[in-house]
Amino acid sequence: MTRRQGAIAALAIFGLIAGWLLFVGLPRWYGARQAPGAAAAGAAPAAPAAAVRKITATLFYVSEDGMSLTQVQREVPFGATAAEQARAIVEAQLAPAPPLVSAVPPDVKVRDVFITERGDAFVDLSGEITAKHPGGSLDEIFTVYTIVNALTVNLPAITRVQILVDGKEVDTLAGHVDLRHPLAKSLDWVLHDTH
Amino acid sequence: MIGGQEMFALDDLARLFNLAVREDAAAGGLTVTSGSQTIVLSPQQPLASVAGRMISLPAAPIKDGRAWYVPVDFVSRALAPISTTKIDLRKPSRLVIVGDVRMPRVAARVEPLGSLTRVTLDVAPSTPHTVTQEGTHLSVKFDADALDAADIRATPTTDTLQNIRAGDAPQVITIDLGPRFASFRAADQPAPGGATRIVIDLVTQTETPAPGAPQPGPGGVQLPPPNVPNLPEPPPLLDLPPTGGLRTIVIDAGHGGDDMGAKGAKGTLEKNVTMSVARRLKGSLEARLGVRVLLTRDGDQAVAPDQRAALANNNKADLFISLHANASVRPGVSGAEVFYLNLEGYGDQGQRASQAAAEALPVVGGGSREIEITPWEMAQARYIGESAIFAKAMEAALRARVPMSTRALQQAPFRVLVGANMPAVLVEMGFLTNAQQEQQLASDDHQNLMVQALVDGILRYRAAGTGGTR
Repeated sequence: MTRRQGAIAALAIFGLIAGWLLFVGLPRWYGARQAPGAAAAGAAPAAPAAAVRKITATLFYVSEDGMSLTQVQREVPFGATAAEQARAIVEAQLAPAPPLVSAVPPDVKVRDVFITERGDAFVDLSGEITAKHPGGSLDEIFTVYTIVNALTVNLPAITRVQILVDGKEVDTLAGHVDLRHPLAKSLDWVLHDTH
Repeated sequence: MIGGQEMFALDDLARLFNLAVREDAAAGGLTVTSGSQTIVLSPQQPLASVAGRMISLPAAPIKDGRAWYVPVDFVSRALAPISTTKIDLRKPSRLVIVGDVRMPRVAARVEPLGSLTRVTLDVAPSTPHTVTQEGTHLSVKFDADALDAADIRATPTTDTLQNIRAGDAPQVITIDLGPRFASFRAADQPAPGGATRIVIDLVTQTETPAPGAPQPGPGGVQLPPPNVPNLPEPPPLLDLPPTGGLRTIVIDAGHGGDDMGAKGAKGTLEKNVTMSVARRLKGSLEARLGVRVLLTRDGDQAVAPDQRAALANNNKADLFISLHANASVRPGVSGAEVFYLNLEGYGDQGQRASQAAAEALPVVGGGSREIEITPWEMAQARYIGESAIFAKAMEAALRARVPMSTRALQQAPFRVLVGANMPAVLVEMGFLTNAQQEQQLASDDHQNLMVQALVDGILRYRAAGTGGTR
């Protein structure tokens, strides 16, 4: 091989390497670094819309003196349908909200919420609502009307609420309040000043 | 009436009781067949052979033209023994009662006794009844299809009594009240032969009330004074002797078995506190009031809510008291509370049950009987007003002896109360979640204090005088 031929070969190899780097290596490396950001950027137009869409709802907690329910205004996620909105309100009501004290025992989950044409909402809650209930008629009244009022006060389409436990109708939560029928809103147990 | 004897036409009896009557011309006798049984009658002889047994009759059968007549006693002496249907002949009342018709005999007696007039009704057989005031008369309503009230005749008139008569409904006796009637009290006494004697005292007003003064409300209950100033006090009814209307009280010890109810920080269980107080209350009521007291449970067992109310209903209890101990997520909360049923939680169903109108149903033998139809599970709807009076009496009695919560008297849609067919309250005796109250509720002294307060509450309610006996 002459010196001239060697130079041409070296130039060709350099060209190939440069070409690979330019068209394959660099885009791969750059793409790998930019991908997460690009994915986030792609989702960005939808995410803020969902995050900001909220409604203000009245939720209920046990008063300082323990003798009433107090009304507290809270933002809860917007629901596209009445059932979705009802579920969002109940889930917000069940979520811990320290320092507020809830009449609903901890760890209760919403299994389902459905609404009939008559405006009766059926709220299916997990078994913790009975298993972890401390008992006592006053607290049981507060537990029941926390959920009944959270729906009937915020959603005018719902006139009555029946609480189900693990998908089944129950007599009571802790031996006192009759849950065999849907219950209407009752503000007898509620302080009328809002926070 | 033939020859001084009251007689029935045999053809009429045959149609009524589906009898076959055959005249044996040869023997000159009559054969009356009912099903497979036979009665043989002989003309001119006051005798009959009933399924082979000879019985006597006050007179012999008589033939008038083509019709045969038999003495009225033929029904009770000959027909009744062979009939598959119950037949009861009541000659004084000129009644023949066929089948299981509840038709007690009622006789009335009136005695003027100074400041009161005593009306005594003898009822045989003993029949559940209520005595209520409706305007200017008292209604004694019996749990019967009709009444045999032939012994109720014209009665002497007094200041407080005008007349005793059969009521508008077939099972009601009406006592028309006189112009100076103030109040009444009713009590039952057992009488021989399974009968009951209802003694109703009509109390005379001590002085004529000024025009517009409040009058005793329905059932002898003293109504709260109206919001009109400068009116004289209503007649002092509360210091009258008790009405004696309470006979059976059911005490419901809340929770039991796996259902432990509320729990105190030191481990005191609601189910044990309620059981202990219920037993003490039973003993005290039996000793002091002489009433029958039943407990919905007598040990640590689970009892369904319907069973608790059913025990009271089936025993025709006059009062139902459910005992509980409370709990709160706020440990500072304390005090006793008294609840009675709130119908609002039951929506239209509760309203319908509370306002159910009586329906007239036909009665065997003619006539009709008014029956108030209330769903079994909503039985309490008819007693909300009376339960409110009971709850207020109980709250006042508790307040005099034990600490009360700031919500001392309340209404709620409570499961155990809704099926009770009598005045009913639920008493929360204190908060087990409050350290001091847990200690109190577990102590003998406080439980005894609570029992005294509960007995006082019943006495206050009885003294208020609903006048109702069941």
